[in-house]
Amino acid sequence: MNVAVLFLSLVLISIAAYGFGRRYSIQQAAGDRRKLHSMPRYYGYYVALWTGLPAIVLLLLWQFLDQGMIAGMVAAGFPEAIRALPPAEQHLYLNDVVNLAKGNMVSAEVDAAMQHAADHFKHLQTLSNIALLAGLVGLVIAGAALAIRQINPKFRSRPRVESLVRWVLLISALIAILTTVGIVLSVLFESIRFFKIVPLTDFLFGLEWSPQMAIRADQVGSSGAFGIIPLLAGTMLVALIAMLVAVPIGLMSAIYLAEFSGPHLRSWAKPTLEILAGIPTVVYGFFAALVVAPMLRNSGGMIGLEVSSESALAAGLVMGIMIIPFVSSLSDDVINAVPQAMRDGSYAMGATRAETILRVIVPAALPGIVGGVLLAVSRAIGETMIVVMAAGLTANLTANPLDSVTTITVQIVTLLVGDQEFDSPKTLAAFALGLSLFIVTLLLNMLALHVVHKYREEYE
Amino acid sequence: MSKLIKATVKRGQIREAVEHSLIKRKKRNRRFRALGLSAIILGMLFVGVMFASIISKGYSAFWRTEIQLPIHFDPAVIDPQNTGNPEVLASANYQKLVKDALRKQFPEVKKRKEKRNLYRLVSSGAAGQLRRLVLKDASVIDTTQNLWLIADDDVDQYYKHGQSQSRLKEKQLAWLAQLRAKGDLRSRFNASFFSTGDSREPELAGIRGAVVGSFFVILVTLGLSLPLGVAAAIYLEEFSRRNRWTNLIEININNLAAVPSIVFGLLGLAVFINFFGLPRSAPLVGGLVLTLMTLPTIIIASRAALKSVPPSIREAALGMGASKMQTTFHHVLPLAMPGILTGSIIGMAQALGETAPLLMIGMVAFIVDIPGSIMDPATVLPVQIYLWADSPERAFTERTSAAILVLLTFLVLMNLLAIRLRRKWEKRW
Repeated sequence: MNVAVLFLSLVLISIAAYGFGRRYSIQQAAGDRRKLHSMPRYYGYYVALWTGLPAIVLLLLWQFLDQGMIAGMVAAGFPEAIRALPPAEQHLYLNDVVNLAKGNMVSAEVDAAMQHAADHFKHLQTLSNIALLAGLVGLVIAGAALAIRQINPKFRSRPRVESLVRWVLLISALIAILTTVGIVLSVLFESIRFFKIVPLTDFLFGLEWSPQMAIRADQVGSSGAFGIIPLLAGTMLVALIAMLVAVPIGLMSAIYLAEFSGPHLRSWAKPTLEILAGIPTVVYGFFAALVVAPMLRNSGGMIGLEVSSESALAAGLVMGIMIIPFVSSLSDDVINAVPQAMRDGSYAMGATRAETILRVIVPAALPGIVGGVLLAVSRAIGETMIVVMAAGLTANLTANPLDSVTTITVQIVTLLVGDQEFDSPKTLAAFALGLSLFIVTLLLNMLALHVVHKYREEYE
Repeated sequence: MSKLIKATVKRGQIREAVEHSLIKRKKRNRRFRALGLSAIILGMLFVGVMFASIISKGYSAFWRTEIQLPIHFDPAVIDPQNTGNPEVLASANYQKLVKDALRKQFPEVKKRKEKRNLYRLVSSGAAGQLRRLVLKDASVIDTTQNLWLIADDDVDQYYKHGQSQSRLKEKQLAWLAQLRAKGDLRSRFNASFFSTGDSREPELAGIRGAVVGSFFVILVTLGLSLPLGVAAAIYLEEFSRRNRWTNLIEININNLAAVPSIVFGLLGLAVFINFFGLPRSAPLVGGLVLTLMTLPTIIIASRAALKSVPPSIREAALGMGASKMQTTFHHVLPLAMPGILTGSIIGMAQALGETAPLLMIGMVAFIVDIPGSIMDPATVLPVQIYLWADSPERAFTERTSAAILVLLTFLVLMNLLAIRLRRKWEKRW
């Protein structure tokens, strides 16, 4: 059943219900609108909301739940031999069944049991569609009847409609909270499962990262090591290089634009720098991997330095370029917030512009600048595409920027992209890394807000 | 103190000392100023170098090289029984026609290995060209036609950039020189780059699939995040009382805006795919993830826009007997709409360029077909760029840069729209 068609027809029915409710209310008032409590269109809205909203909610819920439920019921009907298999293989089998039912390509040999399961699946699917359709029709009729019965000139339709709209607004605002709860729960649950396999202390203090686990018990060598320290060190190294590029350039250009340049230069230099903020990160990644890294490698070779082709330096440099506008626009805001009277006072004492900036303006704006830099660090730590494309995959515990390092985000991507079984420690490790990343960036953001609030000078 | 006294005694020396230090201070001032200017110049330089390198790498992908060959549409190959059945025509071995034509063109090639090298000059997509031609007009069968066929990516790179980086063999270069001398080698606008999906062969790969995928993802994102974001902003700005709950929501929104995008990808993987069982790689899931990611941006921008509507508007409406809801929806919201739309367009531009969370939910698969709905497996433009950037062939580097140029063009257009909107409707109260 096509969801879009159903949705559109529900919307059309609601519009028709609006027209009907509106006309019906006027009819009830014997054509005299002044007798109605609310304007006729509120009666229309009321009928339309009761007609359309419950059905649309049902439709959406069905979309989310029905596939999972059908799959569960089909899986429960599998023969014993299949149900004895590990979950991952059962899942594959189920996929085949679904594909067979939909007439797609099937990877395994089709036997009677699978054909039976596929027929079962098709049967359930038809049943589900009929149930959905019946539910929708029932809700539409019931809602419309309920609303229309209530219409009479004394019925206070406007407050009813408005309180309903208010609820919709409130629920929309709550989605932000739901998202956070969703992030925390989803990441936390998988992480807890991970920490049942790998102890928390091994994860936090381990000096080695090699997530290749032995699939069979008799396999040699790869026991899997999940120590976050080398990843953290790599992340910090790249972020540090990025900051060394972004903070001086961003800060100095903000100072120049705010204090030295005329309005003409400012009017075109500021937007040009902000172009850097609008470029997608994948473009920076491409630039880092195909332009900067080979350039560094060649120039390093010329002066006899061994530069890895996936050096931390290349990734860090380009990440720094990406963050320049972030630092400069945040600093620009705080520098402009310093009152003119302080500048004038400083000039009146005979200070030069540089002295005024270094001794008056920067100290006054310092909390804001520090806050901005902390936010920039959090952004550098969470940045993914540049490091995925330009930094390495192997975890080296090194402080040499010419070596290849790996970062938390790179590992999350490599662990989760491609074939994966969902229960192995390898994939669960990605969620543990995600949790660490979430916590670190959250702490940095809170610290940044705290610095700004606590040390902000209040003028006026 | 004593220094001051000494200085007063020798008045002439004070002047000298002050002037001396003044020179130094002014010098330091100039140095500081030069430092600031060089920071800006450096920033501009980065913008310039980046654009220059991408444009210089990418512009050539908009042209493709073609080879002219006299193709004999041999009925013995295409339709031996002379059925005229389109199915027979569609499944014929058109590759053989191309090979025959190449052999006829270079009769001196006899060795098997050399022949294979010869066949490699023409792209495997040439067979598709011939098939389309026959299916469109069956009367070409049993005629000989001079046709321009797509050249292989190595030939393409050689024709565009010269010999230095070419992977072509000595013999192949000689054949190409012959073709060139006869005028059977040309460069034309690469329309298929915009009309086909992804391919393993660089000369056949196009961005249509990725563009359509991006379109669906943005459609879902816009359709969900704009109403939700505006509703949330209206509630927080116009209806909520200040209390612990609304404070919590506010802090939450600000924090969400700073959460790394990849974490949203993890959320999408765990919740939408593993819990709700939505299909992997579907634009629907991508749109849902990006909705959650752009919501904070839209809410913050919308709140700022609502806040900038002066209270007198609200008071006037309330004074005329409008309800709170009527005031908001009939008077405040229309005035705040330009600001809200500007913020939303910027949010959508962010979503359009986003890659990392979409990698998590499986939009990295190699997908040739153009997606037809929000449930079909698809990829998006930034992910396509990532995938191509990973491919070893030189020809893909060119295509990556060209895809980046297309993506940047879309982003520039969206930002220009936002700026225009702001210029046109912005009101200062």
